Amino acid sequence: MSAPPAPRPGLYYPKMPATWWLRRPAYLRFMLREVSSVFIAIFLAVLMVQVYRAGQGPEAYAAFLERLASPGWIAFHAVALGFALYHSVTWLKLTAVVQVVRLGEHQVPPRLVAAGAFAFWGILSLAILFAVLLRS
Amino acid sequence: MAEETITLEVTRYRPREDREPRAQAFTVPYRKDWVVLDALNHIKDRVDGTLTYRWSCRMGVCGSCGMMVNGVPKLTCAAFLRDYLPGPIRVEPLAYFPVIRDLVVDIEDFMGKLRRVMPWIIRRTEQPLTAGEYRQTPAQLEAYKQFSMCINCMLCYAACPVYGLSPLFIGPAAIALGYRYNLDSRDEGYHLRQPILAEAVGVWQCTFVGECSAVCPKGVDPAAAIQRSKVAGAKDWFLSILLPRGGRS
Amino acid sequence: MLQHDVLVIGGGGAGLRAAIAAAEESDRLSIGVLSKVYPMRSHTVSAEGGTAAVMRENDHLDFHAKDTIFGGDFLSDQDAVEVFVREAPAEVIQLEHWGCPWSRDPDGRVSVRPFGGMTVNRTLYAADKTGFHMLHALFQTSLKYEKIVRYDEWFATSLLVEDGKVCGVAALNLHDGQVSPVTAKAVIICTGGGGRVYPFTTNAAIKTGDGMALAYRAGVPLKDMEFVQYHPTGLPGTGILITEASRSEGGHLKNKDGYRYLQDYGLGPPTDKPVHRKMELGPRDILSRCHIQEYQKGRTFDGPYGHYVHLDLRHLGEKVIDKQLPFVRELTRNYVGIDPVHEPIPVRPVVHYMMGGISTDLDGATVLPGLYAAGETACVSINGANRLGSNSLTELLVFGARAGRAAARDALGRPPIRSNPLAQLAADERRRLNERFLRADGRERIAEIREEMQKAMEKGLGIYRDRATMQETCKTLRHLRERFAHVGLMDRDAVFNTELIAALELESLLHVAETIAHSALAREESRGAHTRTDFPKRDDTRFLKHSLATHTPDGPRIDYSPVTITRWPPEERKY
Repeated sequence: MSAPPAPRPGLYYPKMPATWWLRRPAYLRFMLREVSSVFIAIFLAVLMVQVYRAGQGPEAYAAFLERLASPGWIAFHAVALGFALYHSVTWLKLTAVVQVVRLGEHQVPPRLVAAGAFAFWGILSLAILFAVLLRS
Repeated sequence: MAEETITLEVTRYRPREDREPRAQAFTVPYRKDWVVLDALNHIKDRVDGTLTYRWSCRMGVCGSCGMMVNGVPKLTCAAFLRDYLPGPIRVEPLAYFPVIRDLVVDIEDFMGKLRRVMPWIIRRTEQPLTAGEYRQTPAQLEAYKQFSMCINCMLCYAACPVYGLSPLFIGPAAIALGYRYNLDSRDEGYHLRQPILAEAVGVWQCTFVGECSAVCPKGVDPAAAIQRSKVAGAKDWFLSILLPRGGRS
Repeated sequence: MLQHDVLVIGGGGAGLRAAIAAAEESDRLSIGVLSKVYPMRSHTVSAEGGTAAVMRENDHLDFHAKDTIFGGDFLSDQDAVEVFVREAPAEVIQLEHWGCPWSRDPDGRVSVRPFGGMTVNRTLYAADKTGFHMLHALFQTSLKYEKIVRYDEWFATSLLVEDGKVCGVAALNLHDGQVSPVTAKAVIICTGGGGRVYPFTTNAAIKTGDGMALAYRAGVPLKDMEFVQYHPTGLPGTGILITEASRSEGGHLKNKDGYRYLQDYGLGPPTDKPVHRKMELGPRDILSRCHIQEYQKGRTFDGPYGHYVHLDLRHLGEKVIDKQLPFVRELTRNYVGIDPVHEPIPVRPVVHYMMGGISTDLDGATVLPGLYAAGETACVSINGANRLGSNSLTELLVFGARAGRAAARDALGRPPIRSNPLAQLAADERRRLNERFLRADGRERIAEIREEMQKAMEKGLGIYRDRATMQETCKTLRHLRERFAHVGLMDRDAVFNTELIAALELESLLHVAETIAHSALAREESRGAHTRTDFPKRDDTRFLKHSLATHTPDGPRIDYSPVTITRWPPEERKY
């Protein structure tokens, strides 16, 4: 890998302000997507603790659930759900960009590819919801 | 009736005198069929001959006149004053590039990167000219055509915060052009080009902001080229650890 | 000192083709490409319709030659045309091998479309961005050659001539304002035409005839400068080109009554499908004249930018337009807010191309040893009095390559350049620029002189010409030259001084304008693009010859040289 080019005299090198991501809506949306991963990571950590507690017996699990019922944790999960949905939507939109689907000579329009991905996501979500409802 | 006018706030920077760029306001006649470039030409020809910028074809294909117009990278020959009423219109040099003077930026960095991705046909053996053209079906042409439409106007770099934060990033246009040759049915240089696209300052620097494709005046979609190169790079990597001889025949 | 064996001035199609040809001629050569803009900004990028070459079984080299000579109203040098058509196919295939995305037939062969004045489908194309794709293919391919050294954004201000031989140029680096000698054993000028001498042109801002003026000032004659091509279909106001390919795909030209008026001028009968050389596929000079006559009959539209007619593509349908003419749709939507799928496009004739230029032989060599030229800036001549559409892109390939190879061989045979006298010449040039522009206190403004020149050229040297108005234009130009001596710059900065460049460009433009005006005044006949109301007939007895404009302190001196006729004796030009 080469070293960064040495600054040349006379040229003005613009600096990137710390608030660059506030400059344009698209940058802000991008930052939100990046930040969403923090919430999703925390959610996953909580989920792992939850599984661990479940292994420790019914009392430990019940105590854990009680703690999760606090307004703070509920608020967190609401936010995390929002971010998870946002992240999923942006990720599925990406599939249309990444995946070129060909039918014979012609390329399937990216919109159709994205629509397919969303449909698949919806069906899968409904199936899981149905399975959960059926068991309870 | 008083002539209608509109104000342009133009960034000025004189390398030998100024430490930092500053904005200068010019009020120019407003005409509904004028583009920002027409207003700049009006200033240069009749008001201030020292105003410095690049332009040439004024039909959106030479790629010279890219600037930030109200904070968004645009070809100024295609940015109509009427879309920015009532003004003022901020005209600045393309973001993230070193400024040479006023609205002129230094693009040498891109020129070096373009060469690095080897944007030319690589063949193991050349077919002699007497044997005619390489056959290429319309579908094979269609596979890369979009990525060959890049006019090197640099708008995508000026839209890419990754390039702003880490200038070593090869960047959207150069990657799209490298990828264009990888997709060309006449080319046999994938094994030479892909490692360059996939290196540390290559496609993996991209965090998919997506603005490069949003500002591209030619519909090239460099973001797609980058993400697809990532897929190709990941596939190569898996094949290299799963298969003997790196999965290459 | 910056030293090369071959130095190419200009980084457009011809320049890059010449540089690659020189690089391939010998491994021992160092090649410089010096251009006032980055190569991909060169005006080749704006060419749209296509590139002519004999590619199919139903075609023949002689057909292409005859069409070209006939289209040029028999002023083409026929030996040059024969070389041109013979080498064209290999050149376009070479470009295909270098990655140019030519449009394709289903079987994978490159497609060919009809074009104005051609008898057979022989125009290769990359949709309607042929020049763009050719230029980028050439530029990107040129990056492969490490011995091609580029000087991007350098302006050649004068040729350095020692002992009657060209030894390089003095050039201004825009980035720091320094004037340096760049030496070379052979110099190839590939700087394009000078359409900017006119106010209304398809040509980009950079097309200011710098190379023509460079050679002219060094004593090399400019040939056939009176022949300036008007393209019949440009957008009113901006002059943006709407490609001839829109007519070869089947577009119709209609006057304000919706009538396909070309049938009234001997180009009929009108047919639904395009027929070679008929109606809308007639040659450009004739179609432009028809427009003016239609205007004189009061049958054109009247808009804020003057008279215009309609180019109607609606019957082609969205699919054909998007596949074959996407750029036309993009341009009309972006610049005049018209979608050709649903509305006709307003068009009018617009200055497009210069048939004349630096007089060269078949290898691009000029009368000045060591100096070569190729592309629009040169006059070989294959285009005669009127160029056929799609011949110019081929010309820059064929003669760019020939000039590159010849210059390379020339350089291999020449002893090293003595650098001392050249450093002195460059220092003189530096002083000239300083005294003339940067330290002078003139009152004259560049833009004013330029605009008056353009107005005078449009008035006297338009589609129809006559003695009195041309004399008036000559007088105006002479007066403008005197005013230019008192030009003053506001910009005294060394770094990226675009006002200084504008002054140098205006100097070139004034030279080019004078050669056009004086050559045209002297040619008392009508031939091809040069139409005189006072001499409406072609006159082979007096004027079957090339004009040569040579620089003198009092303006251009006009001489003549014979036209080479090989197998096609002059006949009446009727379509």
